[in-house]
Amino acid sequence: MSEDEELPDLDGGAARSINSTAVSGGGGDQNYVSPSPDQVLENVLENVLYFLTSRHDRNAASLVCKSWFRAEALTRSELFIGNCYSVSPGRVTNRFKQIKAIAIKGKPRFSDFSLLPPDWGAHFANWLRAMAASYRALEKVYLKRMCVTDEDLAITAHSFPFLKELVFVCCEGFGTDGLAIIARECRHIRVLELVDTDVTDDEVDWISCFPDNVTCLESLIFDCVETPINFEALERLVARSPSLKKLRLNSYISIRQLYRLMIRAPQLTHLGTGSFNTSEIVAQSEQEPDYFSAFAACKSLICLSGFKEIIPEYLSAIYPVCGILTSLNLSYANISAEQLKPVIRQCHKLQTFWALDSIGDEGLQAVSVACKDLRELRVFPVEALEDVEGPVSEVGLLTISEGCRKLQSILYFCQRMTNAAVIAMSKNCPDLVVFRLCIMGRHRPDHVTGEPMDEGFGAIVKNCKKLTRLAVSGLLTDRVFKYIGQYGKLLRTLSVAFAGDSDLGLKYLLEGCPKLQKLEIRDCPFGDSALFAGLHHYYDMRFMWLSSCKVTRQGCEEVARQLPGLVVEVIASGEEENETNEYVDTMYLYRSLDRPRPDAPRFVHIL
Amino acid sequence: MAYENDMNLKATELRLGLPGTIDESQIKEPSFLKSNNKRSSGDMDNSANEDECSPVPKAQVVGWPPVRSYRKNVLQQQKKNFDSDVLGMYVKVSMDGAPYLRKIDIKVYKNYPDLLVALENMFKFSIGVYSEREGYNGSEYAPTYEDKDGDWMLVGDVPWDMFVNSCKRLRIMKGSEVKGLGCL
Repeated sequence: MSEDEELPDLDGGAARSINSTAVSGGGGDQNYVSPSPDQVLENVLENVLYFLTSRHDRNAASLVCKSWFRAEALTRSELFIGNCYSVSPGRVTNRFKQIKAIAIKGKPRFSDFSLLPPDWGAHFANWLRAMAASYRALEKVYLKRMCVTDEDLAITAHSFPFLKELVFVCCEGFGTDGLAIIARECRHIRVLELVDTDVTDDEVDWISCFPDNVTCLESLIFDCVETPINFEALERLVARSPSLKKLRLNSYISIRQLYRLMIRAPQLTHLGTGSFNTSEIVAQSEQEPDYFSAFAACKSLICLSGFKEIIPEYLSAIYPVCGILTSLNLSYANISAEQLKPVIRQCHKLQTFWALDSIGDEGLQAVSVACKDLRELRVFPVEALEDVEGPVSEVGLLTISEGCRKLQSILYFCQRMTNAAVIAMSKNCPDLVVFRLCIMGRHRPDHVTGEPMDEGFGAIVKNCKKLTRLAVSGLLTDRVFKYIGQYGKLLRTLSVAFAGDSDLGLKYLLEGCPKLQKLEIRDCPFGDSALFAGLHHYYDMRFMWLSSCKVTRQGCEEVARQLPGLVVEVIASGEEENETNEYVDTMYLYRSLDRPRPDAPRFVHIL
Repeated sequence: MAYENDMNLKATELRLGLPGTIDESQIKEPSFLKSNNKRSSGDMDNSANEDECSPVPKAQVVGWPPVRSYRKNVLQQQKKNFDSDVLGMYVKVSMDGAPYLRKIDIKVYKNYPDLLVALENMFKFSIGVYSEREGYNGSEYAPTYEDKDGDWMLVGDVPWDMFVNSCKRLRIMKGSEVKGLGCL
């Protein structure tokens, strides 16, 4: 649960097809007589593989026969590694020779919420070593939840002279030193994006490190970088980057500075406004720039975010673009419904809207009236606590479901909810693909009926036939899992916390959901016998996470014994080696083609 | 645990709740958490201030509700800024050689550069470059402040938040006294 930007579709993908070929005995060549193999290869390459971009299609193609396998491996240019430990870098570089774009995901998502001790792993260095040797033509690197050091960035800059795109999502381990190296040395860099990434302040002016000539920058995103910026250098950089389309500023950029940047870059399509505040003491008489006209000049601005320290009075400056916006992220703007209304009622093309719950049910009402095209809604809490009065409730959810019938994805934090509202949404919004509801009070029932929230979530899995991602919360019994197992046939990702009564809950899931790939569970009473119920399925999953549940070490060992292709990690959360603890703190299992990772820290036991 | 020596005071404790119900206080504080709050700017000493300023939560569980710490930190900082906007923190500013003093609200500024630029503008002078070793180089002025203990300190040595909370008044020193500082 929680915010999680969707991965831009970088196609390619090793794990699945490699896994299949390993199982089917892929390995050394036998005496294989093929009818004119060159002919086959040529036909295949021309007619099929050239056009195959989706990694799922490529994986399927690679299974046809050995020559297709080889041909596919030679022509695949984009690689997607969903779990950096599922396959060794060496195996990948051996099979694929022509990689131009790679996406690697590391830590499990619950690490975002401090459930994974630091130094767990996911070091980019291991992959970098192999890639630097084999993929000199690499152009695009996308990393999510990986540990990257300044040295890694230096090696990256030196090893890939044609690097065009570098994207870090939820990463950590490097600082502005590393950014300076990238800016200085990657001469062809077009895309440099840092999203929700921790960047240490080495007090280096990295913006000044970009070369002096005209750049080919198309996207520069650094809104999460909490360090001061040399504004004059940034202004010059924007002025000499005619291709710049996406610019997301950090909160050290004031609204006056934003103005100066905007008038230099009216071609922007994506803008992160920085603080949207003024840090200088402005004398009352002093002229403020015409922010409204700056926005009016941006004829292509479709995606707006930032507002990290918003002065609500400035919000009216964005009116000129409201009519063309498809995406608006106000999730750092603590504004009221009254302050939102004049903006949102103009946003009739809006498809994506992120906000804080400060807008209340009333603000959501305004959204539901104005944004008929809404596909994605995220409502975050101003106060992420359990025992406060929340400004949004089932009323807001209901009104959204009634007004925004095309809704596909929702993330909703609230303090109280009812089954009725959730059931209504399941019927009003049949296109839902992602449904993530976080009732912040643990074990909280339907606040009107006092019942568990089973029926609400049950209706979601039953009525939303396209649902692939679900996060549940509130008071939940085993029954909700029965529903999910029964109806969640397309479900790929499931997030569960403080729910269920017994092993049956997890059993229903593992036996009922054939497409389940990513299962993260915390604080549920699921034990060993539930764990064993999934033995038939774990090889088909990307991972399963169980923390603060009731699985024992022996149970985990048994799973590891029965499934040698699985890596079963038992992670201790404290320093004390608690021998007396009956249950493991955290179990994290995932399939792997190679032997378990050598870089596991001492608090991780691989069984 | 804590109650063992306490003559079971818990039994006689007055609480709002049905008899027999226990407060589910699952305060899981794994030791690694203490160092987990990585902040990129050395001046934004968030983890220390969070303990000072925020009210004690009822029964906090690790990682719940599932909101990323970056987001929580931003919102926390906003709250602090809002509070200071309302309260303000005005200190007197004197400049050697100037005929009268000024007053500024130091909570308006986010960091040292902001403050120093404002002072430069206010008094029309140039401050020079700060370094830990040598203080302010390249100018005959140095910004100093009186802290809570009554000592005169050089502006810039301590983290920003600490400075804001301990600064009583500012003095922009000039001339020979400044050179003395440089020799320390």
